[in-house]
Amino acid sequence: MDTEALTAWIREFARLIALNKAELTELDSAIGDGDHGANMDRGLQAVVAVLDAEPQETPSALFKKVGMTLISKVGGASGPLYGTAFLRMAAAAGEQADLAKVLRAGLDGVVARGKAGLGDKTMVDALSPAVDVLEAGGTMRAAADAAGRGRDATIPLIARKGRASYLGERSAGHADPGATSVTLLLTAAATTLGDAG
Amino acid sequence: MKKLINDPANVISDALLGFAAAHPELRVDHENRIVVRGDAPVRGKVGLVSGGGSGHEPLHAGFVGPGMLDAACAGEVFTSPVPDQMVAATQAVDGGAGVLHIVKNYTGDIMNFELAAEMVAADSGTQVVSVVIDDDVAVQDSLYTAGRRGVGATVLVEKIAGAAAEEGRPLDQVAEVARKVNSYARSMGLALTSCTVPAAGKPTFDLPEGEMEVGIGIHGEPGRRRVPVAPAAEIAEMLVGPILSDLDFTGGDGVIAFVNGMGATPLIELYLMFNEVSQLLAKAGIPVARSLVGPYITSLDMAGCSVTLLKADDELLRLWDAPVRTPALRKGV
Repeated sequence: MDTEALTAWIREFARLIALNKAELTELDSAIGDGDHGANMDRGLQAVVAVLDAEPQETPSALFKKVGMTLISKVGGASGPLYGTAFLRMAAAAGEQADLAKVLRAGLDGVVARGKAGLGDKTMVDALSPAVDVLEAGGTMRAAADAAGRGRDATIPLIARKGRASYLGERSAGHADPGATSVTLLLTAAATTLGDAG
Repeated sequence: MKKLINDPANVISDALLGFAAAHPELRVDHENRIVVRGDAPVRGKVGLVSGGGSGHEPLHAGFVGPGMLDAACAGEVFTSPVPDQMVAATQAVDGGAGVLHIVKNYTGDIMNFELAAEMVAADSGTQVVSVVIDDDVAVQDSLYTAGRRGVGATVLVEKIAGAAAEEGRPLDQVAEVARKVNSYARSMGLALTSCTVPAAGKPTFDLPEGEMEVGIGIHGEPGRRRVPVAPAAEIAEMLVGPILSDLDFTGGDGVIAFVNGMGATPLIELYLMFNEVSQLLAKAGIPVARSLVGPYITSLDMAGCSVTLLKADDELLRLWDAPVRTPALRKGV
């Protein structure tokens, strides 16, 4: 997977976040503090500006730059979670980035930083099934679909992590905003990286 | 929304400009949004850094100065600051004896301070120890939530650990004092009204006239239950009861009793509440050794209050009484 295609993926992710900013904010207002859309959009606009100014030469350098920028610009819990994911992806990406391996490293980073498991109503619920599909040899489109199903499956769940957890049973009935933005990340990958596994 | 603001997007930068103008004895780094003690770094003294989302003023910037914090980082309203701010603050106050991070237990704050500590460790020889504050007894299901929230005890930790650092104690001892205060302190809060985040422009939650939320968090997180508005004497029981059943406050040197305003409640009501709280403590056989009454950890314009009790001993009382000179807390100077 070449750096140019991966850069297109990140740009498409930024575009989808901007497009869905209001929806993410609405989901986060229901069960969190209502800033997920604004925070992610601020972070990804900064990422796009950095990539415009300094095109990256390798997958590893690209993911590192994305991770550091998100950590500096997003704040809240999503900054460190997405930032850690991209930094771990940078460490796992060689010259020929194997996306299943890279995204597995990103997932491990999210789990290590956030200490969430499957079913806690977090980003993990969308990212984990997508990585499983890639590791089983599935396409990126199939992985994005799996992420979407994971996101939908968070709707009835009671949150156990983050600010949503204080709502207890009142957190059920809404999709998790983090699982929703992760689905956008995988959707962007399916669009820009095609069927590459 | 009626607020004394210009553009909702600039509330924090505009407020920091005012803070700098009002307190020339402190240094304000507007780019990093950090407030630093004027004489930092103090050679040989442990540096104390805290920070969190804005909207809780005077916490944390109002507690920067001799005897308390060395630096405070201001995030967006109710959003954790980012690691870059914490790294800049840590570097600004490192006097060679290490730096203590005082972190309220919220997912974002924990992760950003954790990353900042990792970045400092990778970049420099500065030793960083973190202490997490989690004193809110309103959170009952710690196993199924992000755990108890950091609220009123944060003010007491910053004062008492600040005094310990000022005495020249080493980093591990200052951290131990901070942990001791956290483990001996419990809090419970109540909201009469919601707050309004400037960027949102409307109240965070609906609380009908005639109802109040018991066990509220400082960002409008829901509490234990919603009940009809009651006389202050009954409200005091709703707040003090859960605190006393969570920790045995008897048998020590009494308590430091802290009645805190949430932002929109006048001081006259806080003193009225303090009377109710002290009567309940007298009935329970718990002497009030020291007191603090006022809006010190707020939730924007929320009306309501919280009660924090800290089980005191000789050491904690001596450190509590030590001189402090900050914008929001001054004594003995």
